[in-house]
Amino acid sequence: MNVLLDHLPEFRDGFLGTLAITAASAVLALVLGVLIAGFRVSPVPPLRAFGTAWVTVLRNTPLTLLFLVAFFVVPQILFPGTSPFVLATLALGFYTSSFVCEAVRSGISTVPVGQAEAARSIGMTFAQTLRLIILPQATRTVLPPLSSIFIALTKNSAIAGAFSVAELFSVSKLLSDQGFAIAWIFLWIALAYLVITFAISGAFRFLEHRMGVAR
Amino acid sequence: MSGAGVLYDAPGPKTKVRNRIYTVIGSVAVVALIAFILQRLYAKGQFRPEVWNIFNNAGVRTNIRDGVLTTLEVFAVAAVLSLAFGVLLAVARLSDHKPVRWLATGFIELFRAIPLLITIYVLWVILLANRDALGLSGNSPQFWALVVGLTVYNGSVQAEVLRAGINAVPKGQREAAYALGMRKTQVMATVLIPQAVRAMLPTIISQLVVTLKDTSLGYIITFEELLFTARQMSTNIIVNGSDTYVPVIIVTGTIYVAMCLALSGLATWIERRGRRAGTGIGVAGAGEPVTATDALDVPGASAR
Repeated sequence: MNVLLDHLPEFRDGFLGTLAITAASAVLALVLGVLIAGFRVSPVPPLRAFGTAWVTVLRNTPLTLLFLVAFFVVPQILFPGTSPFVLATLALGFYTSSFVCEAVRSGISTVPVGQAEAARSIGMTFAQTLRLIILPQATRTVLPPLSSIFIALTKNSAIAGAFSVAELFSVSKLLSDQGFAIAWIFLWIALAYLVITFAISGAFRFLEHRMGVAR
Repeated sequence: MSGAGVLYDAPGPKTKVRNRIYTVIGSVAVVALIAFILQRLYAKGQFRPEVWNIFNNAGVRTNIRDGVLTTLEVFAVAAVLSLAFGVLLAVARLSDHKPVRWLATGFIELFRAIPLLITIYVLWVILLANRDALGLSGNSPQFWALVVGLTVYNGSVQAEVLRAGINAVPKGQREAAYALGMRKTQVMATVLIPQAVRAMLPTIISQLVVTLKDTSLGYIITFEELLFTARQMSTNIIVNGSDTYVPVIIVTGTIYVAMCLALSGLATWIERRGRRAGTGIGVAGAGEPVTATDALDVPGASAR
């Protein structure tokens, strides 16, 4: 108990850090994931191939390896002097985007065939069909997997703590290095993660409720 | 809807031309992106022969081999333990005794909600503190922290997968088994679990891929598996006055991706085989992210 009260500022900063990195990489993953999903169903073969390669490679790479690439290769080769927060966001966002892409793609395939056919028959282009007809209807089925993807993202963000980004894991490391009882730290950190994950699943349940329409 | 085909028409002459133009633009964009990265790598001298010559060094090769073997060792132990633990937890969660059920549910939900890294780290701290009392030496605190952490987390996920499988077995199977006079244990062990495992095998293997990927968390608790070895080599081997992150990461990354792809390939193959057989309950999809990524709201019993 004392650990929490004595180090409230550290815990607060860690909590906010986890929230910030989760939110930033969630946005990146969402944008990239939808874009790549569009690539994967597009009529242009090279884009389809690119999308497939993207998903296959990123899904089969350990996240820790991506962090290594982001922290030791990217600054050296492409953008020197990028802040750890941005690098961690890139690694997490890219990794998660492959899962978002797969969720969106399977959502696209649940929209009834007639919708796309009707859109085509009134002369819509591929981009219009996807943007105006398919994706809005796919949203509903994409929400439940998206919720678990974002919860997994929250938990994965702990790895960023090991790469000098201030968040909950780095706080637990810091305090345990100072010799505080690990059990209490664990308890409070676990509670903090539970709060975030419950909030995410609650928010998504609310969204599902709002968007739920009887078919 | 069968994926792409329906979203656009069979192209007419105009569209064919347009698609060809897009194809060219798309290819150029993709190639340009790759070329830009390669050019940057080249400019930094990462393609010089001496940079890649490090892999001709016997020591480097031995290090990589040892790293792969250690990773596989952790994976093997954690996979076996997590599967055994998963069966145990699944059965406990379906138990008729309320305390057992509650305990299993609480355990599963707790460890699935906490980041695996934190579980492993806490175990590591505890094991390090009690190293002498437990008789652990060398890097075995790291090893066991990693293995136990992976077991606890993946066991919880596998338990949920199995539970979904057991609940998907048609009710008649269980009733028929009871009607034959089988005991609860017999029904579970000889009727329900075999069918559940068969149906869930692709998902179980997909989760094993996650287990394999997560062995790389050992890097953070300084356990000498493949990734940690790679990191150490790349900081220690200096060629042309700079570290060798790029070649070492390219090589180890390829090894990781190849190992994971092989395992996911197995899952897909089993899935396809199960679909073709057409007997028993439906086989789950291999790449379904629900169980792999998870957390609190499991698509439980009624999912399939």
